[in-house]
Amino acid sequence: MESCSSEGGTVVMSAVTKRFGSFAALKGIGLSVDRGEKIVICGPSGSGKSTLIRCINRIEKHDGGSIVVEGCLLDHRLTNIDKVRREVGMVFQSFNLFPHMTVLENCMLAPMLVRGLKAAEAEDVAISYLRRVRIADQAAKYPSQLSGGQQQRVAIARAMCMKPKIMLLDEPTSALDPEMVKEVLNTMIELAGDGMTMICVTHEMGFARQVADRVIFMDEGAIVEEGAPEQFFRQPKTQRARDFLSQVLH
Amino acid sequence: MTMDWLSGYGLQLIFGAVTMLSVALVALVVGTVLGISLGTAKIYGAKPLRYSAEAYTAVVRGVPDLIVIYLIYFGGTVALTKITGQYVDINGFAAGVAALAFIFAAYAGDIFRGAIGQVPRGQTEAAHALGLSPRAAFFRIILPQAWRLALPGFGNLAIILIKQTSLISVIGLEELLRASSVISGATRQPFLVYSVAAILYLIITSIVSWGFRNAGIRSNRGFA
Repeated sequence: MESCSSEGGTVVMSAVTKRFGSFAALKGIGLSVDRGEKIVICGPSGSGKSTLIRCINRIEKHDGGSIVVEGCLLDHRLTNIDKVRREVGMVFQSFNLFPHMTVLENCMLAPMLVRGLKAAEAEDVAISYLRRVRIADQAAKYPSQLSGGQQQRVAIARAMCMKPKIMLLDEPTSALDPEMVKEVLNTMIELAGDGMTMICVTHEMGFARQVADRVIFMDEGAIVEEGAPEQFFRQPKTQRARDFLSQVLH
Repeated sequence: MTMDWLSGYGLQLIFGAVTMLSVALVALVVGTVLGISLGTAKIYGAKPLRYSAEAYTAVVRGVPDLIVIYLIYFGGTVALTKITGQYVDINGFAAGVAALAFIFAAYAGDIFRGAIGQVPRGQTEAAHALGLSPRAAFFRIILPQAWRLALPGFGNLAIILIKQTSLISVIGLEELLRASSVISGATRQPFLVYSVAAILYLIITSIVSWGFRNAGIRSNRGFA
């Protein structure tokens, strides 16, 4: 507790490194995110994008450097990890809804167990967010009864029910059938309108253009280039970014 | 003859069956808790814990069940006698339950280990990302999903456990088999008596299999 302060950015990473065996996934990442900022991270596969955002709520443990989230230093101290995870929501590529619980139960669980809400309060919160992602009518169903796009919207609602200050989205549309990408992107655009801090790994460049304050391009475990979306898409500074963009923008 | 069956022997068999069921039930509960602990230790435990769990399984699985029962019964008697300083005859029920629970756990541990390992990693990650404690993640997210995967193997073990209760007749507990042997001695109709006992076992194991089939269907709710 005493190691958390309210100074500086929402997320401040400095010289963060991470190895998987002999493979260096992150090679000294420095990144500072302001409150309410929308950041899109892109780059070729294996460039460390997912690893980077997974370090922010410590789903992945970094090896070197420091990560401060909402004023809390992430290290071996478990109390800080709990505190950070309470303020940081996450949406995964493969949804990761709990298959043995209904949509409603998926959304109620963490607010009850972590925030200590009563069942009735948690249900109100859950229904209000399910309504916002336009899926409240499916609240009694199990995840397997929904389409991919619907499942991902539930996953977004589930994360929102914890009222996080920061939202991490790890390729939220990559596992979806093409016709479902739009409904999820629209939900994310609405989310962005709320003023929440968002860090999103995605190849949806239309989304980046429309929503991002800053685009970060990664390659081989490092941030190669960053800037405002207009500038990044019109005039990428590095050859690597140009190569990448020529492949994703068709 | 008919009167004897109704009044005395029949009742004795029923009592035997009740004892058998009590032993099986308590051993099932204790064995399940122990089995889940073993499975969890093998997956999440630090090295010493993991190796101890592996050693436990290897020993209990490698020794005949009857010897495990004798060792616990006589070993328990010796130990309690040493501790209290006077001869203690260990309770047959307790020794039987303990032995069967230890055996059950050795097999159940590996079933749970396999089942826990089959729950996708993303489930643990989602639970952690939502801020759930490791404990809550395990009991609310992982175990309920592992349970569904473990159920078929677990049901089999439970049926075997019911039949294994017959082994503890050797330490003098009057369960169904022991009762049958006493009655067949008295009536000199071993074939009839053991047939009746066999039918009682069959009825009980059938009910239990049916129960596990239903539990299996229930646990598949939400899984396409």
